[in-house]
Amino acid sequence: MLRIAIKMLFGDGARFYGILLGLAFASLLIAQQSSIFVGLMSRTSAFIRDTPQADIWVTDPDLLSVDDAKALRDTDLQRVRGVPGVAWAVPLFKGLLGVKLGDGRRTVCEVVGIDDATLIGGPHSMLEGQVADLRRADAVIVDNRRLARELRMDTGERGPDGKPVYRPMRVGDEMELNEKRAVVVGICDNGESFQYAPQVYTTYSRALQFQPAVRRVMSMVLVKAEPGRDPGELAREIEARTGLSALPASPFEWKTIGFWMRETGIPINFGIAIALGFFVGVAIAGQMFYNFTLENLKYFGAMKAMGASSWLLLRMVALQGVVAGAIGLGLGLGLASAFGLSNNPDRLAFVMTWHIPVITAGAVLVIVVGASLISMIRVIRLDPKSVFQG
Amino acid sequence: MSAVSTTFAIEATGVTKAYGKGENRVVALAGADLRVPYGELVMLVGPSGCGKTTLISILAGLLTRDGGSCSVLGLDPQALRNGPRTAWRGRNVGFVFQQFNLVPTVTAQENVAIPLLIQGVPRAQAMSRALDMLRKVGLGGRERSLPLQMSGGQQQRVAIARALAPNPRLLVCDEPTSALDGATGQSVMELISRVAHEDGHAVVVITHDERIYRFANRIVHMDDGRVTRAEVPPKEHA
Repeated sequence: MLRIAIKMLFGDGARFYGILLGLAFASLLIAQQSSIFVGLMSRTSAFIRDTPQADIWVTDPDLLSVDDAKALRDTDLQRVRGVPGVAWAVPLFKGLLGVKLGDGRRTVCEVVGIDDATLIGGPHSMLEGQVADLRRADAVIVDNRRLARELRMDTGERGPDGKPVYRPMRVGDEMELNEKRAVVVGICDNGESFQYAPQVYTTYSRALQFQPAVRRVMSMVLVKAEPGRDPGELAREIEARTGLSALPASPFEWKTIGFWMRETGIPINFGIAIALGFFVGVAIAGQMFYNFTLENLKYFGAMKAMGASSWLLLRMVALQGVVAGAIGLGLGLGLASAFGLSNNPDRLAFVMTWHIPVITAGAVLVIVVGASLISMIRVIRLDPKSVFQG
Repeated sequence: MSAVSTTFAIEATGVTKAYGKGENRVVALAGADLRVPYGELVMLVGPSGCGKTTLISILAGLLTRDGGSCSVLGLDPQALRNGPRTAWRGRNVGFVFQQFNLVPTVTAQENVAIPLLIQGVPRAQAMSRALDMLRKVGLGGRERSLPLQMSGGQQQRVAIARALAPNPRLLVCDEPTSALDGATGQSVMELISRVAHEDGHAVVVITHDERIYRFANRIVHMDDGRVTRAEVPPKEHA
């Protein structure tokens, strides 16, 4: 009988495709919007992932996210280094500074100053040059993400429209950071960031030269735990001994993500889109599935008269719901994945973690189970005598 | 303990049934009596609302009565609990509906196999039996057709094959010719009549169609919830 149930579903072309369309559209909206949301939120903590050398990030206790600017005192570095279990601790500067390009155009860069001695905190993936090249005079490493858009150089030529022709910045090019000369010695490949400003790496001491003179400049301290020492436990020890905030990388990522989720309307906006997808699914697919069952009530009634138990009929309705749900979900997730793959990852923040298909499947399950349950009530209450009522 | 009749498929006496309560109470059956022997085709006739559908619903175990006694195929369906009664109905009662109620998206053969599949008969066996039944009703070669690819008469033949597939001893037909033209209706009734007489089924047919009266062994008239009279139809009526 379950095969009959499937044939009943597939055979009712218009309704079946309507149900599929509703479920696929709902799945697409839920998965796509969730993936973009996760992608965006993931970008807010990209800098932490791009600095994998550190076990623990020590910051001002009031720091809200990795992009927040609440500098530490220079002496805090020594206090952290004094905590038992710390293998090494290095300073890190992170701040927005003005840049003047070779043709006189100005923009803003996020300058990252890393420990002069160890170069810990530098980019982990280099496209050209090496991190060690930062030891050369006035050296900086630029991130390739913004080379074509922000850090581009005037070639001196004019295009057919009379406008200047630009090229991406490359090794050997020069620029000014707060009126001080900087020479590009390498190009790194960082992950997409939530910040629009291009990242420029240099040494910590040189970053202080670029930075206008202020009393506190050290943004954070990167810490490595001694081998065998639990980073979480060490972080708590650092907090207890220094009064600073110390978080392992993952909790620091979540703190940053949490800040953006709390302080911006992003979750609400995406939440509305995701809820819209869910309600579209309920409105279209749920309603059409319910109508499909109603349309089949006379056949279910005939089957009941012919000896089918309510349990058998419920299994048939449930199977129809599950099959329609599975196909609709597969179509929706496939379309969402195709959407993600077909877009430039530099432009579109799209990260489909394993949670998203699971959550989308859960939402589709709620839609089809809800519609099936309502339909099942009609089937259970179905009076087999009704088949005699023409 | 009452003796089980081997002559009568149906013995109903003083059956009563009312719907609703208080001011909304409507009496559908006010003491209906009916006897149907095996191998006989009985037609229930009467105005709309006289209780015909309620009576066959009670006899087929689709509805419970308020009063009276009822023996169908040797037992009182109402004495069975819901599950066993449904199973009993599936094994012993075949239904032919006014609007055929064939599942439009499955083939004629699968439609006929449905009551067997409901009973848990293996698919191959059910399909084989369905094919035999289709041949019996003159639809050999149409087993792969969908209902909508068939004429009304052919669809009703498929419905008859479906009703007979589990080899029920009681066949209940609700207005089996009302959706068919005259000639097709006659042909369908010939089939039902042949089934009753050849295979010894008891057949109860509800109808308003006087053109098919000649196929009945007896015509039972109902009015206001009671059987008012029974007659043997004039064979020259057709």
